[in-house]
Amino acid sequence: MALLQISEPGESTAPHQHRLAIGIDLGTTNSLVATVRSGMAVVLKDEQGRSLLPSVVRYKADKTVVGYEAQLKQSEDPKNTVISAKRFMGRGRNDIAHIESMPYDFVDEGGMVKIKTVQGVKSPVEVSAEILKALRERAEASLGGEITGAVITVPAYFDDAQRQATKDAATLAGLNVLRLLNEPTAAAIAYGLDNASEGIYAVYDLGGGTFDISILRLSRGIFEVLATGGDSALGGDDFDQRVFCWIIEQAKLAPLSAGDSRLLLTKAREAKEYLTNHGEAPITVRLSSGEYVDVALTSETFTEITRTLVQKTIAPTRKALRDAGLTPEEVKGVVMVGGSTRMPQIQKAIGDFFGQEPLNNLDPDKVVTLGAATQANLLAGNRAPGDDWLLLDVIPLSLGLETMGGLVEKIIPRNSTIPVARAQEFTTYKDGQTAMAIHVVQGERELVSDCRSLARFELRDMPAMVAGAARIRVTFQVDADGLLSVSAREQTSGKEARVEVKPSYGLSDDEIAGMLKDGFSHAASDVKRRALREVQVDAQRLLEAIDAALREDAHLLEAAERQRIDADIVKLKAVIEGEDKSAIDAAVHQLSHTTEDFAARRMDQSVKRALAGKKLEELDL
Amino acid sequence: MADFDLTRDHFALFELAPVFSLDTVALDQRYREVQTRVHPDKHAHLSTAEQRVAMQWATHANEAYQTLKSPLKRAQYMLALRGVDPQVERNTAMPMEFLVQQLECREVVAEARSEHDLDALEELQHDMRKEIKAEYATVGQELDAGANEAAAQTVRRLLFKEKLLHEIEDAIETIETA
Repeated sequence: MALLQISEPGESTAPHQHRLAIGIDLGTTNSLVATVRSGMAVVLKDEQGRSLLPSVVRYKADKTVVGYEAQLKQSEDPKNTVISAKRFMGRGRNDIAHIESMPYDFVDEGGMVKIKTVQGVKSPVEVSAEILKALRERAEASLGGEITGAVITVPAYFDDAQRQATKDAATLAGLNVLRLLNEPTAAAIAYGLDNASEGIYAVYDLGGGTFDISILRLSRGIFEVLATGGDSALGGDDFDQRVFCWIIEQAKLAPLSAGDSRLLLTKAREAKEYLTNHGEAPITVRLSSGEYVDVALTSETFTEITRTLVQKTIAPTRKALRDAGLTPEEVKGVVMVGGSTRMPQIQKAIGDFFGQEPLNNLDPDKVVTLGAATQANLLAGNRAPGDDWLLLDVIPLSLGLETMGGLVEKIIPRNSTIPVARAQEFTTYKDGQTAMAIHVVQGERELVSDCRSLARFELRDMPAMVAGAARIRVTFQVDADGLLSVSAREQTSGKEARVEVKPSYGLSDDEIAGMLKDGFSHAASDVKRRALREVQVDAQRLLEAIDAALREDAHLLEAAERQRIDADIVKLKAVIEGEDKSAIDAAVHQLSHTTEDFAARRMDQSVKRALAGKKLEELDL
Repeated sequence: MADFDLTRDHFALFELAPVFSLDTVALDQRYREVQTRVHPDKHAHLSTAEQRVAMQWATHANEAYQTLKSPLKRAQYMLALRGVDPQVERNTAMPMEFLVQQLECREVVAEARSEHDLDALEELQHDMRKEIKAEYATVGQELDAGANEAAAQTVRRLLFKEKLLHEIEDAIETIETA
């Protein structure tokens, strides 16, 4: 008898071409892109052979310049040259530290801070989209084809607004986002797969503008994040800022012009980097005011003036360990990620805290991108047999609702494994109340005013009842990207309201559509063609997936169900090559709907088989 | 949807015996085994219907795992399965003696907190952990013997004590990070 083949989920039995998938580390200071080539994750370089792309965008009247070329002009044209845009993502003016020393003309509208340039007002989302677009183009040139999808990394401690802003930027850059992946988790994948690690690991990730600490358990190909913590506004930039202030104080400088500020900040950063391998850094610069600066910064002084910053990373580290229920001694290794971990005082502080030498055997600039590329390859369906690992990540901050008196009722606590859904019932407090305002917040504090407001919406037209009689069930769902959607339902009337948590700081879908159109304004038909092409590719993928599923599990279907599915397949095939996007959309929707029960049954069967296999294994022990 | 097994109880989902003193090693292993199959990452390239099912399943598996892993949630869940509502919100009819004792403990914590007395807090933490551990042993015996009403009473005591422990730990954290 021929043996039956049972394929792994996620591993199609149908032969298919290798899908081009990329991983992107969208950093505060530098960004990178990588892909998996013949089983190996590699960083893609530009035409000059450089891996890093400085996260700098310069808006000129007639064109936009990204990367090294833009960076060169930052002192010359500071108002139109945006650096560290990541710090502004999903943030209002009041959220941003040192905003007074920044050279931009800020515009505070619709929640997220924006910057006035010669090309008009630009949001941080648009600035980030320019960086992502440059990386996409680099990848397309290097791989010679259309990119199926991308995994984009975000700091683990990014809140919902910052994540949504990042996803919007990717959409704007024409990228299909397979997943938003937490940076320390990406690093853990790269490190863990490289070293076949097992046990508890900490990932300490100090980048240009963000700090993350994640505690993971690595076991038999599963990367399980136990706890995460951090500070989404702490990074190498702050160390530069301390040096910058120190120089001004030492050289007794008068208030600086925007250009001089930028120049001095660059010098401060160079001094910081120099101190990684030297005991003293000379700082000499001629300012446009004619003043001449000539000072020397010793590593002792540098350590002293940045001591509080280093301490600010230890407190979240301690908290994350406590959340994971672990002590520093139980951590097997500490993986260092991000360029800022090169600073000797960081290495020493972390070594002291964990009582062991941190692990520095991977390039701290590249490890995140490499992990992201590995994940992208897997998600795109390029998984090779045996290439079997799974990521279980968490949300960094608690999600809750405002209740009476401005208090927060937590619905989903921080460090819950995603995807996660939780529902809670609320009631009315006034007789005859027919509407309820729902205010969604994120954060650990008890008062609404101390947490970040994510969205507000209203459940209206509820039946009038006496106070306390209505039953309003509010459901929070966080998906695998860590993004939240909320729905509310009055149980007796069935009245429902739902929001994707977006409007507060993110861009509305209409805004994105508008920006996309602007980007292609010289060729409006491009947008249409692109959209059609995307729908066709998705439809083709759906057909392939269903075809494979039918070959494996046709026995799960009744004859009538099978007929319905076959009929809908025929319908989709009839329109897929045509130009009518809405007809393809409709046929895809129909086929998805018809196969829903089938998908559910397949999943159930898969789980049963998995557990049956597990039990046999346990018997063997 | 008859055989769509998201309706099974959490014990059945992981094919574990429905007892309080469950095999936590087997729970860990089976949770991982289930997630390996159902996690959305394993289905990202498949049809939207399969992605939706994956999301539902993974969410459900996380919920089931967290419920069974936490002894307090496990006890409450077992009571719920047996149709016993421990009425944690409404029923505050605890013995007077117990309530007084809880109030006293809270005062001690508040005092130690304002005096930044880490040693006192750590001693309280140690004692409270010991008490809670004993209560879990009790609730386990009660649940596995079918003494539901007694178990419900123990669960209510545990809710108070866990909250107190949380307050102690919060005070320690506040002092340590100050």
